[in-house]
Amino acid sequence: MDRAAICLLLALLTSPLLAQAPPTVNQRLSQLENTTKAAQLSGDNAWMLTSAALVLLMTGPGLALFYGGLVRAKNVLGTMMHSFSLMAVVTVLWAIYGYSLAFAQGTPFIGGLRYLFLRDVGGAPNADYGATVPHETFMVYQLMFAIITPALISGAFAERMKFSAMLLFTCLWSTVVYFPMAHMVWGKGGLLNATLGGTIPCLDFAGGTVVHITSGVSALVCAIYLGKRLGYPREPMKPHNLVLSFIGACLLWVGWFGFNAGSAVAASALATHAFVATHFAAATAALGWMFAEWVKHGKPSMLGGISGAVAGLVAITPASGFVQPFPALLIGFLAGVFCFFMVTIVKMRFGYDDTLDAFGVHGAGGTLGALLTGAFATNAINAAFGNDASGKPLPLGWVDGNPHQVLNQAAGVIIAWVLAGVGTLIILFLVDRLVGVRVSADQEIEGLDLTMHGEEGYNLDA
Amino acid sequence: MKKIESIIQPHKLDEVKEALKNIGIDGITVTEVRGHGRQKGHKEIYRGMEYDVDFLPKIKLETVVPDARLEEVVRTLVSAARTGKIGDGKIFVFDVLDAIRIRNDDRGEAAL
Repeated sequence: MDRAAICLLLALLTSPLLAQAPPTVNQRLSQLENTTKAAQLSGDNAWMLTSAALVLLMTGPGLALFYGGLVRAKNVLGTMMHSFSLMAVVTVLWAIYGYSLAFAQGTPFIGGLRYLFLRDVGGAPNADYGATVPHETFMVYQLMFAIITPALISGAFAERMKFSAMLLFTCLWSTVVYFPMAHMVWGKGGLLNATLGGTIPCLDFAGGTVVHITSGVSALVCAIYLGKRLGYPREPMKPHNLVLSFIGACLLWVGWFGFNAGSAVAASALATHAFVATHFAAATAALGWMFAEWVKHGKPSMLGGISGAVAGLVAITPASGFVQPFPALLIGFLAGVFCFFMVTIVKMRFGYDDTLDAFGVHGAGGTLGALLTGAFATNAINAAFGNDASGKPLPLGWVDGNPHQVLNQAAGVIIAWVLAGVGTLIILFLVDRLVGVRVSADQEIEGLDLTMHGEEGYNLDA
Repeated sequence: MKKIESIIQPHKLDEVKEALKNIGIDGITVTEVRGHGRQKGHKEIYRGMEYDVDFLPKIKLETVVPDARLEEVVRTLVSAARTGKIGDGKIFVFDVLDAIRIRNDDRGEAAL
């Protein structure tokens, strides 16, 4: 920076145009300030646009492949369409009113209408959300979160929900559950916002409550409301292509760097902290699930490994910008073992058909991660609560000597569970009355690809 | 004429085909089938869901031979397809009433 400044000064001094009226020191300083600001904006904006693209990559093809491989061959396209169609539908909602309801100032529970039709969302930064990137960048980055969240739910109703019902459900769900929850946690003046005037400061760096608890709990409600797939669990319903699922899970892992490290909203050291925590947690969670499986079933499976990695990524999401690398390793490992337990033992015990374990991974992992964030968040990584009178950063989590934060986290968890649970139940009831949520038995036997979309995933003899 | 229907291990197909070719049996029909005899299937586990896979992939190989060559062909088949382990398969022999070559109306053993 010093060298750049000297070069700039030299250039100014030697400029023949300016030679006639040499600029004052103040003029030169303000020019320098502008140049510095532009340089930072361009660096941060480059990372944030990359992150936005990475988060979209998580839904398509990441999640579409992950989920698509886990269903039976007759439902592969129907399952991929759940993810893909949301990339289109949620985008339109977001442009019209979604972004405004989530991020405009309003009540503690839902945003106002200031950004309706993206009014006032342009190239100038919004200092509250990201002082060094265009407001429009922040808007499109957040859109990618709004897309993947309802797509995660689709794991619970896969192989048996009508396409029309799915579209209607997710439009209503985004409006009633996601936009308000995003506002409460991340919107200025939101009830749970930790830095922008919330009454209960709940730490959620990249969406443990907003994305994973809401989608996971809604998934559980969907699984119970829709009921089991025909023949479950008597008939074999093996994943039809674990190779697709492997590719999808690895794309999720990569995309998650945009999800978590991008949530720093700058190409900063904080982004690096989040990046490292994210990667570390995915690693130990993969090991945790594999080892648990090895002990219980005698063999470590690939599906177990990738499921564990996703569980770890889920659990570290709220914590990623607040925790040190070693707590991240621990959070990941605990998430891997805990989600394995939820998916294999708890699900069997209660008998609900959470087809692709959206609740067992996202609901359970998200809840665990949100609570552990309260334990391990530290101001050594992120002085999110500001400084005290003497200029020392205020403590964040239990490790900083603030055990009360765990209760704040629990409040966020409870609000997310209740909003998602009740909201989803009402929406399902409504959609069921309007168009019917479940396909007919004949359609379910024939498969969603043919009956909903009129095509097949594998025409191998064509 | 006899029809010989052999259910064999998929990985033995090439060896069997070569062995039949070496004794001059050119006409064979092969189908991918699934099934089990005394051989038990195996267990697969996906996220804690256990599935018993009873029907295992096998190859069904059919050929029709003159009566005089039956023993020779069966011996060849057995020795080429045998691994000595359970799951090697079975051979069934049927009487064949007639054979017709579609191209030129050859009948009986001349059509083989």
